[in-house]
Amino acid sequence: MTLVRYLMAGVLATASLPAIAQDQSTAQPQPTIQLPQPEGPRESITGTLSNERTVIAIPALATSSVQNVAGLRTDSLGRQIAEVIAADLERSGLYDPMGPSGIPAISRAEVQAPRFAEWQARNAENVVHGFVDASGTGGLVVGCYLYDTALGSELVRKGFEIQPGDWRRAAHKCADAIYSRLSGEAPFFDSRVAYIAETGPKGNRIKRLAMMDSDGGNHRFITNGQALAISPRFSPDYKKIVYVSYLNNRVRVFIYDVAAGSQKLVTESSNATFAPRWSPDGTQILYSMAVNGNTDIYRISANGGTPVRLTNTPGIDVGGSFSPDGKKIVFESDRSGGQQIYTMNIDGSNQQRISFGGGRAATPEWSPRGDLIAFTRMGGGEFRVGVMTPSGGGVRMLTNSWQDEAPTWSPNGRVIQFFRTTPGREGKSSLWQVDLTGVNMRRLPTPQDGSDPSWGPVLP
Amino acid sequence: MTIRKSTAMIAAITMLAVGACAKKAPDTLPPAPEGTGTDTGAGTGTGVVPGSQEDFLASVGAMGDRVFFDYDQYNVDAQDQATLQTQSQWLQRNPAVRVTLEGHADERGTRDYNIALGERRANAAKNYLASLGVDPSRIQVISYGKERPAEIGSTEEAYAKNRRAVTVVIGR
Repeated sequence: MTLVRYLMAGVLATASLPAIAQDQSTAQPQPTIQLPQPEGPRESITGTLSNERTVIAIPALATSSVQNVAGLRTDSLGRQIAEVIAADLERSGLYDPMGPSGIPAISRAEVQAPRFAEWQARNAENVVHGFVDASGTGGLVVGCYLYDTALGSELVRKGFEIQPGDWRRAAHKCADAIYSRLSGEAPFFDSRVAYIAETGPKGNRIKRLAMMDSDGGNHRFITNGQALAISPRFSPDYKKIVYVSYLNNRVRVFIYDVAAGSQKLVTESSNATFAPRWSPDGTQILYSMAVNGNTDIYRISANGGTPVRLTNTPGIDVGGSFSPDGKKIVFESDRSGGQQIYTMNIDGSNQQRISFGGGRAATPEWSPRGDLIAFTRMGGGEFRVGVMTPSGGGVRMLTNSWQDEAPTWSPNGRVIQFFRTTPGREGKSSLWQVDLTGVNMRRLPTPQDGSDPSWGPVLP
Repeated sequence: MTIRKSTAMIAAITMLAVGACAKKAPDTLPPAPEGTGTDTGAGTGTGVVPGSQEDFLASVGAMGDRVFFDYDQYNVDAQDQATLQTQSQWLQRNPAVRVTLEGHADERGTRDYNIALGERRANAAKNYLASLGVDPSRIQVISYGKERPAEIGSTEEAYAKNRRAVTVVIGR
């Protein structure tokens, strides 16, 4: 939260930040400093990813003087931040980061005066420079610059005053700025994932609510595993997680308050409630409820109150995901015989089936960009993750494995995470992500097995 | 929908028919309770407490605590009816006992849908027990979806054992 406040306030008018402070001394607080920036190389990622990934040199961030801040050395942090930036950019699939290992370190003076010729000689089209200094008030000041080596020009300049424990966020913010500048896409690295950590035998799995940064960093278990936990969703402000707990041998939707460490029921009911989802503004929650064996979808204020029943069929109506404008809901129903995907207005009117074609379709999730719906297709004994337009057209399958289930979108709608299960007695579940174009498939690092990922928005 | 509705209707008709004709117990029925499964009191020498889960399992026989379903189905077929009739006899001999009906699905469905499917299955079994005279207020329902397979594995045999509704004694 401290980082958020500092970022919002802009900071940077501090003596330890000469280059930035000069430009900023009389300006209104801004989270970043906008300089006139020459047109740098831009890479189109509207089609398939190119095999020619841009080489970006990322030496360890420099420090004005090595200091120990809350047990962290500024020079060590400079290297670690560079490593996180490089890992983020590499994971995007678009870039070929070089460093911080194996390339020269830079001096503090070089941060604003790169040796362009030397980086060009190393075939780096871009170079990232930065610094980590003690703020003098117990925090850190992190600066981050992106340069075009051929043009000798600055493309990105960012500065953050942060609490020492938030250094990874500064790295993600820097990587986001670089990614956005070079790709033209919205940022997504500085975001978090809630998911279910799994251990134990398949017949008696221990499933715990857990959360982590988008790269697997800052991992944290939330529930202790005594009650089965499934299907978490981060609130848009990351303050809460809605999920299903089998506490006291009942199936109920709880809202977990991340800061307070407490939870409350979404609604009081003797019936099973499950499959919860937030509205984009965080004021409403969708959930499914089974009454005498028949499941329908309901909407309720996140603060409680009287639920509104949205579906009313003898079939299973379950799940649901709001469109980013909050006006429509995509959900699944087996009213036609098998699971298929439908859309409706948020009052339940105008229910229309949108998925047709081979197999069954389930777990729809509306892209934050609004242009696509990710879903799970079931057929031939396999689950695959794919996308379609909100009218059901343009179906593209992105994965091809035994069981890939439950897609969730990156904040910028470019990347989809899901969980993959392998068959058999020793079958495991793990978290994966794939680019919207179906390439750059990656497994996410988790300390245990993982399922049910829920990717939240970019942190402010 | 058409297919499922008709199977559900057939199941309903069969239920009525069974109720009306007092269908005979199948060969698979366990022998009549021999002291262990009745409320005649303690002192049977087996150590099994009447009305307990152990008593129930001894009475209904191996796998007599569960009924099985076809893929994505929840109709109670003739074999299930026989199983549930045996359960209802024990439940009527132990009228103070409450049970949970656990609905389960195999791993070939998505998570949320499978919870809904398990609800259907557990409720189908509950409704059949109620049709046999068991007070439905004695029966809780919980769906585990695909979370708690009985048979670990990704084979048709395992799936068939996992698509189930299991009656579990929870006390009085």
